Amino acid sequence: MTIEGVVWKYGDNVDTDVIIPARYLNVSTAEELARHCMEDIDPGFAGAVQPGDVVVAGENFGCGSSREHAPLALKGAGVSCVVARSFARIFYRNAINVGLPILECPAAVEGIESGHRLGIDLEAGRIRNLTTGQVYQAEPYPPFMMAIIEAGGLVPYTRRRLEVENAKREA
Amino acid sequence: MGMTLAEKILAAHAGLEEVHPGQFVEVAVDVVLSNDITAPIAIREFERLGVERVFDPQRVVMVADHFAPNKDIKSAAQCLQVRQFARAQGLPHHFDVGRMGIEHVLLPEQGLVLPGDVVVGADSHTCTYGALGAFATGMGSTDIAVAMATGRVWMRVPETMRIIYHGELQPWVGGKDLILYTIGRIGVSGALYQAMEFAGPTVGGLSMADRFTMANMAIEAGAKAGLFAVDEVTRAYVDGRATRSYRVYQADADAACAQVIEIDVSQIEPQVAFPHLPENTRPVSQANGLPIDQVVIGSCTNGRLEDLRVAAQVLRGRRVHPDVRCIIIPGSQQVYLDALREGLVEVFIEAGAAVSTPTCGPCLGGHMGVLAAGERAVSTTNRNFRGRMGHPESEVYLAGPAVAAASAVAGRIAHPCDL
Ligand code: SF4
Repeated sequence: MTIEGVVWKYGDNVDTDVIIPARYLNVSTAEELARHCMEDIDPGFAGAVQPGDVVVAGENFGCGSSREHAPLALKGAGVSCVVARSFARIFYRNAINVGLPILECPAAVEGIESGHRLGIDLEAGRIRNLTTGQVYQAEPYPPFMMAIIEAGGLVPYTRRRLEVENAKREA
Repeated sequence: MGMTLAEKILAAHAGLEEVHPGQFVEVAVDVVLSNDITAPIAIREFERLGVERVFDPQRVVMVADHFAPNKDIKSAAQCLQVRQFARAQGLPHHFDVGRMGIEHVLLPEQGLVLPGDVVVGADSHTCTYGALGAFATGMGSTDIAVAMATGRVWMRVPETMRIIYHGELQPWVGGKDLILYTIGRIGVSGALYQAMEFAGPTVGGLSMADRFTMANMAIEAGAKAGLFAVDEVTRAYVDGRATRSYRVYQADADAACAQVIEIDVSQIEPQVAFPHLPENTRPVSQANGLPIDQVVIGSCTNGRLEDLRVAAQVLRGRRVHPDVRCIIIPGSQQVYLDALREGLVEVFIEAGAAVSTPTCGPCLGGHMGVLAAGERAVSTTNRNFRGRMGHPESEVYLAGPAVAAASAVAGRIAHPCDL
């Protein structure tokens, strides 16, 4: 799967309270949440982000609350991938579980600025900066997680596993 | 090679002799938790799984605490959805207004989480239960949906960071100050992906309330869990509450830790974390006496009876500063009742503070004390991120109940000894 989009770059410790402020957590659909995505850090984001755009950030992206509303809001806003130096662990799980692609790649974060255009090959973990021509290689996913991604998220992955278990039990 | 406390608990729940950091394991869970904000998504994903019933109704806990009592119509709809699911599934541990508390105060108090448990919750402060010697960690709603359906969850075994505290505590210094100091030292991603193990001679003298406060904020250092070994203090707390039997695990003496940090507590003053990160800590004497508009005493971090006693000790016979709104929120109905019987509520009201039914409310900028642009609050909660308590231009200063109460009286950030 290849992604192409424009970069929105932020700093370290982008927390889930700025990705989607708690005052909007009385709803839970991606479309509704997307309207307020990144509002407290970048009020222009939700109105201008285009489908396919990429968020690039520093360390500990998605720290704070466990709210799955955060990756949902980003996904709903059209963000196709988040590239960061590192991710907070709950955000990492949530993103994989809801099918928002994320890549850990410190070198790319160094060389990419807001407004650059990126081409990303998710399977290969290759990030191509179409503006500068630089190419970066992200950390590969652990095989266990790759299985969840390939299934399309944790729910389809688990559904399939449960079906296999039930079939075994009946056999 | 020996195993750390976290590894021992995870190995037992994975049915393995041994686990090592970095390994992916599937563990059986003892308790699965969600709240009025995270349960609606968990329920939606649970239904997508095509499973009819939760794995064990006794072990699926739901608490309406964030926007409850319902702050608006949309929150009411979310609480209703949770209530209907709990009824349909026959969940005995669904806690609603009038019988509830902030989840992480409530569950230990009700004896629902116990030493040696693996607990997963759709709330990042699920790590609070590490104070009981449990492996407890926050996850997202989809993970929780799968745990509700199967009673199992996948995890990556974390490395352990051991923090050894020694020395005598100074007056007015408690668990909150120790954890703020620790986060100030290691940073908000200092323990990323790791399990923090709080140890050392000082820890043995800490109350359960102090331990809950410290484990609660492990996530603020990026940790997956924050654990204390079980001792007499733990047993005294758990015995008489436990709703089932439990098992105590102990770290091996030769267990390998990714990092060991030593902290001499005798030099630590009460701490204040400045906006907008919990790592921006300073001793209260260097807080420059900034004027404040609001004080919040409560939350899953510092909403226990011991915290309210400290606040009452400071507020007794004094008045909240005329420019300050002081809001005190007991962490559970039981805490509220105990505070009432001990006369603490009277102290608060006489001092000019507002006292409310348990709720997360202002902690996450939900209701019951949202800040306007430019306002400044001292709060005993755990996060001071931008916009956390209201307007993105407002500011939250984190502190323990002693500094919070003293600041309410002084009208500026203050040490109780300054009053
Ligand atoms: S009190 Fe605050 S931190 Fe604790 S569970 Fe409620 S919202 Fe979360």
